[in-house]
Amino acid sequence: MSILVDKNTRIITQGITGNAGLFHTQKSRDYARDECGRTEDVFVGGVTPGKGGTEVDGFPVFNTVSEAREKTGANTSLIFVPPPFCADAIMEAADAGIELIVAITEGVPVLDMVKAADYLKGKNSRLIGPNCPGVITPGVAKIGIMPGYIHTPGSIGLISKSGTLTYEAAWQLGNVGLGQSTAIGIGGDPIIGTKFIDLLEMFENDPDTEAMLMIGEIGGNLEIEAAKYIKENISKPVAAFIAGKTAPPGKRMGHAGAIIAGGKGTAAEKIAALEAAGVEVAESPADMGAAVQRALQK
Amino acid sequence: MLNTKTLGIQPSDSLVPYKHVRQLFADSEARNIANNSPSWNTDKHHCMVYPSFPSRYDDGSSNHDHQTPFADRIDPSGYKSSTDTMKIHEYQGKQLLKDFGVTVPRGIVVKSADEASVAYKTLGGDLAVLKSQIHAGGRGKGRFKEDQDQAGVVLVRSADEASENAKKMLGNTLVTIQTGEEGKKVGTLYLEEGLDIDKELYLAVVIDREIGSPMLIISSEGGMDIEEVAASTPEKILHEPFDAAYGLHTFQAVKLAFKLGLEGPAVKSAAKFLPKFCDFFLKNDCDMAEINPLVVTKSGDIMPLDSKISFDSNALFRHKNFSDLRDLKEEEPTEVRAQEAGLSYVKLDGNIGCLVNGAGLAMSTMDLIKLHGGEPANFLDVGGGANVDQVTEAFRIILADDNVKAVLVNIFGGIMKCDTIVEALLEAYEKVGITVPLVVRLEGTNVEKAREMLGNSGRDIITATDLTDAAQKVVATLG
Repeated sequence: MSILVDKNTRIITQGITGNAGLFHTQKSRDYARDECGRTEDVFVGGVTPGKGGTEVDGFPVFNTVSEAREKTGANTSLIFVPPPFCADAIMEAADAGIELIVAITEGVPVLDMVKAADYLKGKNSRLIGPNCPGVITPGVAKIGIMPGYIHTPGSIGLISKSGTLTYEAAWQLGNVGLGQSTAIGIGGDPIIGTKFIDLLEMFENDPDTEAMLMIGEIGGNLEIEAAKYIKENISKPVAAFIAGKTAPPGKRMGHAGAIIAGGKGTAAEKIAALEAAGVEVAESPADMGAAVQRALQK
Repeated sequence: MLNTKTLGIQPSDSLVPYKHVRQLFADSEARNIANNSPSWNTDKHHCMVYPSFPSRYDDGSSNHDHQTPFADRIDPSGYKSSTDTMKIHEYQGKQLLKDFGVTVPRGIVVKSADEASVAYKTLGGDLAVLKSQIHAGGRGKGRFKEDQDQAGVVLVRSADEASENAKKMLGNTLVTIQTGEEGKKVGTLYLEEGLDIDKELYLAVVIDREIGSPMLIISSEGGMDIEEVAASTPEKILHEPFDAAYGLHTFQAVKLAFKLGLEGPAVKSAAKFLPKFCDFFLKNDCDMAEINPLVVTKSGDIMPLDSKISFDSNALFRHKNFSDLRDLKEEEPTEVRAQEAGLSYVKLDGNIGCLVNGAGLAMSTMDLIKLHGGEPANFLDVGGGANVDQVTEAFRIILADDNVKAVLVNIFGGIMKCDTIVEALLEAYEKVGITVPLVVRLEGTNVEKAREMLGNSGRDIITATDLTDAAQKVVATLG
């Protein structure tokens, strides 16, 4: 098994007629078909308002998500809509009853996301992202922009705030013979749909996940929250890495979240909290794979 | 995790911080410098009028430049970066507030000594405050490099005094606790009327990422370093989340006003001012809006004496007029250049240039360089979908830093194709001329092709197989 994405996942892409939307939908379709041997259609269509009724590279295009859902039976949406319209696209997907919404778009205005997050409350939809690489269950499907080949099927649940660092982690895991049950990039924005603790809980309950690797960074307190949660609720081994140990305070390092403010949100603080919760913390970014091995042997 | 709902009720006797009725002037920062200001010390009358000038009246701003206080609770993002937020000057913030219908003290922008004199006469009071306009706090305590006696914010009591001070400030470099040693050149001053002040409050609106909502923060302890208040008397800071769609309701403002110990007309003023201010935050896509101090005048009006406002850069498409407010002189030139090329770059003090894709991987690369005894010269994230031109520009930016003695390229290709990086790298050899050692670590999309291109290039490039190998090799090139 896995979390979030399994054999029943059917995906539509919102913004499928854009360059990035089409390219990554094609890559994800290829991954499902060629790497996972899926014979049925996993990516079942797309949405671009005004282009309904057309087709792009074999994908039927619909005007609205609800129409796409009705006609294709999709339960998941992958969002590549430009930043000014992304929050609206997320709300539309939730309104249409899409269960899993994966928003790749980077640069969504914070207040837009506040409204979208409010809208999602009480709805039966889970949002991953925005500003994230997406979700992959190796051997089943990938919904996002990560290179498929670095991920191998296995039993490690991988959760990360950062895109390329997730790739690095998956690659290191592969080098030590560990695959992933599911790997998720949660995104580096101030307001995100799904946090570490949500996914830790899901992995804890997933029989096919043996251990978790969580990758955080400086800024915010999601990792501190997660440390507390792990201490109280998680029985499986957890390894972690926190990026930005040496980043100077007051400087933002790319991600909206990656900044140390007022001495808070430092790597040292987060590492201490995680270690106190029994988490095996990787000393360096080169040590992530090995840290998971150590966690498994504990 | 913060439970915002439980914070904020405190005994009312601790709530009225400044019982002295003081004639004050339009910037708490000015009071800091009062102790050191020669003109101040010779004026006994004012010394008596301002009996309690504790040194804790440090500065009207929080410690960290445009960072929100209580970073453990509030989204700490965005108070520094040139890429994701846009800061504006105090006088610009006040103008925007005024245009939005918020009453602000009367003030005039001053760019020369003569203008200062005219402005003083125009304001027409007995007292005014002349304030340096830079994107950094600590102005009152700050001193000019060229004249150590000159503060960044001064009280003036005549047109001559205004112009004399303006002469000593304009064109000179102000060093404050937030500018670093290099300081910031002052090109604009703001002359503002004095006010009759009864109380000083602290006010900020930010997005609280924990609860995913805008949040109003207000305290009776205005005019002070709010982080100090947060540390010593957190109960004096009130937190009020409000709805992003509807703004702050009047009852919320009234509730806060009573909790703050306001009385009579001041409660009414707060009931108008606070929802309006929150509305300003929402309508303008602010990243942070901080007013310290927010004053209650003797007549019960509420007015902002300072303003620190920054905007969410991602929302600037909705506010085309804001681009005029940007002051490029306040930003690191290389960072501006990088931004124009769509790159995320932060200059650091070391000598190993870094070119990486992805923020997390870029930070990790810096960590690893340090772990192996080196010092990174920069953070540079070329992003996910950079093209050859962007990557070539990235090399130019890195190599423009004279401190750079070696460069480490670390790419894990996803959307970014490794061969694009190599193509750009080879172009940089041609066009930019790379003379320092270059260590390259590639993995991910099209890596085979990229490695082949590197091998056939005939360039003296050091290749690395993994992160540790790369960091060790680049540090080794420095001997």
